[in-house]
Amino acid sequence: MRYSALSIFLNALSGNRHWQPAWREPAPKPHYDVVIVGGGGHGLATAYYLAKVFGVRNIAVLEKSYLGSGNIGRNTTIIRSNYLLEGNQPFYEFSLKLWEGLEQDFNFNAMVSQRGVLNLYHSDAQRDAYTRRGNAMLLSGADAELLDRDDVRRMLPFLDFTNARFPIRGGLLQRRGGTVRHDAVAWGYARGADALGVDIIQHCAVTGIRREGDRVTGVDTTRGTIGCGKLALSTAGHSSVTASLAGLRLPVESHVLQAFVSEGLKPFIDNVVTFGAGHFYVSQSDKGGLVFGGDIDGYNSYARRGNLATVEHVMEAGVAMIPGLSRIRALRSWGGIVDMTMDGSPIIDKTHLPNLYLNAGWNYGGFKATPAAGWCFAHLIARDAPHEVATAYRLDRFARGYLIDERGAGAQANLH
Amino acid sequence: MASLIPCPHCGMRPKEEFTIKGSADVARPAPEAGTQDWLDYVYLRENPMGRLSEYWHHASGCRRWLVVSRDSVNHDIYSVQDAAQAKGGGA
Repeated sequence: MRYSALSIFLNALSGNRHWQPAWREPAPKPHYDVVIVGGGGHGLATAYYLAKVFGVRNIAVLEKSYLGSGNIGRNTTIIRSNYLLEGNQPFYEFSLKLWEGLEQDFNFNAMVSQRGVLNLYHSDAQRDAYTRRGNAMLLSGADAELLDRDDVRRMLPFLDFTNARFPIRGGLLQRRGGTVRHDAVAWGYARGADALGVDIIQHCAVTGIRREGDRVTGVDTTRGTIGCGKLALSTAGHSSVTASLAGLRLPVESHVLQAFVSEGLKPFIDNVVTFGAGHFYVSQSDKGGLVFGGDIDGYNSYARRGNLATVEHVMEAGVAMIPGLSRIRALRSWGGIVDMTMDGSPIIDKTHLPNLYLNAGWNYGGFKATPAAGWCFAHLIARDAPHEVATAYRLDRFARGYLIDERGAGAQANLH
Repeated sequence: MASLIPCPHCGMRPKEEFTIKGSADVARPAPEAGTQDWLDYVYLRENPMGRLSEYWHHASGCRRWLVVSRDSVNHDIYSVQDAAQAKGGGA
């Protein structure tokens, strides 16, 4: 059923008893043309664009738990395209353009809110770096505005502008950036893919990859063996685990990244604001809670919970940026497992096996990339060639020396 | 991560006193080793789900390098050894 104002009205008249589930729960078929491992945002988006844009039918998405149980339901919902390097910025701008049309495209309210993303700067050198980055953004077709201190003060008068260590001198603003309801992204892609005939198989963990010579022929799962023409791994957080089933070692470490939400407050922060120097960023959800986070805890972990030392550090950084936060109570905290690559940039590439494809290594930023990662991964799977905005995300760039060191920090966040 | 680490020199100490360098399972190749050996050492990781060994520096304690064997899922600590002893050398 297509969702519309009319469908809401008609279902209300019949007491809302006739809504149908948004996707089927099919039993796995013995063989699919493409099997995607990982029913997170990226896996579902890949299936959706494979079916919709690249005309591939007979696709399965295998999810070991339930949809939305991984990082698509654990992130802090920010979208933006404010990168510097040529290998990155066109990709993220492509993603932001897809976000802008996403809800109409998959007919689901994902609450895309372009409320603006502001990165604060604190010194002349940082201002110059942001000027350069803003110009790179403009060259890629994105929007960017450099604000001075008075501009920022008009937007966010409650920041600590005279902080002794990091006085706020201004910020780089991308007005088209913002937030999206993260769960709705998973649901919308799942519903859209399902309507195009994709089988979404939940509670189906992959335990082995079957091969004949160099070719992948199928996967062993907790729900039996499933054959496939092409196999796509999209299991960020656990990429090393699934890749090891095919004998592949990745330049990836799994780390825990924490996020937090405060009690509900009246409208307070209209934008996403980042305080990179202090390891803190914040936005306010539509329910009123402040959603915030910082850096990774800094040790390898597959446990989706973090350490109190990092909690304390994030809270301290938050109060340093907004002194008024000191009296706000934190409601919840949680952790997600992220793939930290050695240069801090992702991988969308073919592998040593001709019909095995890999989407991994999203570090801090997998959520904002969801539509473009799905599109570009689908392009790679369908055409065996990278999409033009994702040519730099090669697995062999580490061997060749073509790192994309956007942030200058991968798994070792403590190197600054 | 476990909150308390049994340092062989200092006893049970809070995790925040330590700095984690990374995997103790990778060995630095010889300078003339080939590209693949250096690629393995610098970039590729086992990244095990379960037991792993790491070099930890007890920066706020005895300042010794340690080899900590722990679990990346349930956060159990299996063993903590002085790195010099773990390597079989004298110190």
